[in-house]
Amino acid sequence: MADARFARRLPERPLSPHLQIYRFTWTMAMSIAHRVSGAAAYFAAPLLVLWLLAAAQGPEAYATLSGIYGSWFGIIVLIGVSWAVIHHSIGGVRHMVWDATIGMDRRSRTLWAQGTLAGSVLLTALVWLAVLIWS
Amino acid sequence: MAEFSLPKNSRIKQGRTWPKPEGAERVTEFRVYRWNPDDGENPSVDTYYVDREHCGPMILDGLIYIKNTIDSSLTFRRSCREGICGSCSMNINGANTLACTMGMDEAGGDSIAVYPLPHMAVIKDLVPDLSTFYAQHALIEPYLKTETPPPEREWTQSPEDREKLDGLYECILCACCTTSCPSYWWNGDKYLGPAALLQAYRWMIDSRDEGMGERLDTLEDPFRLYRCHTIMNCANVCPKGLNPAKAIAKIKNLMLERRM
Repeated sequence: MADARFARRLPERPLSPHLQIYRFTWTMAMSIAHRVSGAAAYFAAPLLVLWLLAAAQGPEAYATLSGIYGSWFGIIVLIGVSWAVIHHSIGGVRHMVWDATIGMDRRSRTLWAQGTLAGSVLLTALVWLAVLIWS
Repeated sequence: MAEFSLPKNSRIKQGRTWPKPEGAERVTEFRVYRWNPDDGENPSVDTYYVDREHCGPMILDGLIYIKNTIDSSLTFRRSCREGICGSCSMNINGANTLACTMGMDEAGGDSIAVYPLPHMAVIKDLVPDLSTFYAQHALIEPYLKTETPPPEREWTQSPEDREKLDGLYECILCACCTTSCPSYWWNGDKYLGPAALLQAYRWMIDSRDEGMGERLDTLEDPFRLYRCHTIMNCANVCPKGLNPAKAIAKIKNLMLERRM
């Protein structure tokens, strides 16, 4: 009996579905957002370097770059970058608090996750409001 | 790099819809993951209708109803039906839990989706291979480690010290937390996962245990402990209401204290 059962190689076991079926939670979503915003901020860093370089180069280069950054497309990218930096910073604070084992119960951890998103959107809006008023 | 999509042999195909039980007035739809090692096919999702007038209120009752009256080939683990054995852990409507303690009405919606625990090798239908999970539990040495000679009677513990184990000793090793963790999905061969780490902490802070140093040494590793990124899925799903994420954070703090 046993011989007959094992004579044939069993097919390779499938992997059960994961991301495909898992219901998103606030903490999970904000963990992903933390990664994504961190990566975005990293890859956006050259934008700041370019800006400094242009400023060092002279008024002409600075004007050209300001034109690009100030175009509607440039503004959209800059809003995105500022949101990424702010979101990642608040996420960093959240992780620091959690590392101190504070605010980890069911209610608090969801509030922290929701607060990260709400806070980042609010602060980004405030930053750009300040830009609007100042310029 | 993490593999986000399913391998070719794991992609889910359209399954079969089984007839509604005759004369049933109130039915609940079950969409259940199926995979049979004997037919060489890809996994599929079958649809069943459970007659609520002739079935208990829990998801496990529904699965047992299906197995008894509709399709005897449906395979799943179950034993105590009261949330203490940890056998019937599975993914129900997108979150891991025990089928025996989750009510059909509680799960919400007209249809209940039942899958095996996520990102695991499937043995059959809802039965995942838990050998790695158990090996990881064995690695943290889940027993009292002592150096002092044993006392004449038992190792005693004050009520205060015993209280420190509350919220930890209740773990039933159902693997809901570990298989809910994306970090474990991507690095399950090297990262120990929330269940094993909660157990590790449970022994670290046991006043009778004298193996703290060795226990920390075992976990001092970029993967075993530090792949926890505080995603908190573990704490969100634990059917016993425990908080593995917090236990892991406390181990990280113990590591830090030892270094300073």
